[in-house]
Amino acid sequence: MLVTLHYADLAMAALLLLVNGGLSTALALGLARPLLVAALRMVVQLSLVGLVLTRLFALESPWLTLGAALVMLLFAGQETMARQERRLAGWWSYGIGTGAMGAAAGIVLLLGLSTAVRPDPWWDARYAIPMLGMVLGNAMSGVGLALHTLTATAARERAAIEAQLALGCTRWTALRPILRHALRTALMPTINSMAAMGVVALPGMMTGQILSGVDPGEAVKYQILIMFLISGATGLGVLAASLATVRRLSDRRHRLRLDRLVRRRQA
Amino acid sequence: MLTVRNLSTTVLKPATFRLETGECVAVQGKSGSGKSVLLRALADLDPSTGEVRLNGALREEVPAPLWRRRVTYVAAESGWWEDRVGAHFARPDRAAALAGALGLPGEVMDWPVARLSTGERQRLALVRALVQGPEVLLLDEPTGPLDAEATERVEALLRAELARGAGVLIVTHSPEQAVRLARRHLHVADGVVTEG
Repeated sequence: MLVTLHYADLAMAALLLLVNGGLSTALALGLARPLLVAALRMVVQLSLVGLVLTRLFALESPWLTLGAALVMLLFAGQETMARQERRLAGWWSYGIGTGAMGAAAGIVLLLGLSTAVRPDPWWDARYAIPMLGMVLGNAMSGVGLALHTLTATAARERAAIEAQLALGCTRWTALRPILRHALRTALMPTINSMAAMGVVALPGMMTGQILSGVDPGEAVKYQILIMFLISGATGLGVLAASLATVRRLSDRRHRLRLDRLVRRRQA
Repeated sequence: MLTVRNLSTTVLKPATFRLETGECVAVQGKSGSGKSVLLRALADLDPSTGEVRLNGALREEVPAPLWRRRVTYVAAESGWWEDRVGAHFARPDRAAALAGALGLPGEVMDWPVARLSTGERQRLALVRALVQGPEVLLLDEPTGPLDAEATERVEALLRAELARGAGVLIVTHSPEQAVRLARRHLHVADGVVTEG
């Protein structure tokens, strides 16, 4: 049923990348190197994941599944930090991002696994890990975007925020405009992707299921479920991370504490 | 009314002074000496140690937003967070009257903030603080970007505030203004506040 891919087929597709690299070199875009590095990373990471998942599914251990989930979460936390120009000093940035994503993805995934999908056992890695991957991937982008917007806007709008504080506004009132801006910015991609789904974009998971022979109607149901889980987790994670960051960006005496931000070291 | 004892921050060395009811004290010193730091610390906008009391009430015992309504800091660089000027004022009717007294046109409340000049912003930022009727005003170069006529209007308004019983601490680079408004002076140099 499923057409098996051979390595020669992959090599053919990789030629496309070489064409892109050649164009970049010809036009002096300076993208050939990053393109090559990213492609290599992708191949190596996915190959390793393939090996890991094969083992994980065969072992059927709840602890190993949990361990794999934690490793994914920690990587996601690292990625949200890397995107921020300014971030909270110390462990706060990593802690808030990772904590918010972990809680949101955990709640949403447990909900999905215990009510809608119900594999047996419920933690079956074949369901839990790919679903976590999709949920976490989106929550990661959302949380990263929210924290980046919050910290950058707070630094830029310092005069406006402090003017409100000086007039006797509470920190929540003074920071509400930038909180709202950050939430909108972070959730816009999720909203856009839901709105465009099926019309512009055929989502990867659904396409994958259809390619592997699943009835399109069934694949669509799975995709809708996943989209709800994704938007739920992204919304929760973004909100929790943003509120925690606003709290940390100010203190109990309602001061703006930009001194708690550090600029990213220039590479 | 405002008593300050050993107020210090990472920049400011322990400072002790008083501000009486209806009194204006000028704060002078070179740029970067810590004048703004002093005012911000009094408004509790930056963390600081030491004792600050308003009419006997300790700063820490008053909720910070309430403290800042009573002891209001007006920054040298004014901040704006809405598109329209009028949206920044608690009481636009009173604000329009005060703005008029400072030589601003009556319809200024309907203008977009982007249309304001630096001097107009500075005057409106002062109005924004005044409509709330603060007990102590901490003014950071309120007439810095203003011409002579506008400066005169601002000073007249400040005299009215002093007559009402407000205390004013004013940072100014103009020795003439310091003499016109204040009888006492604070000098700030390298974070050290001295009276004289």
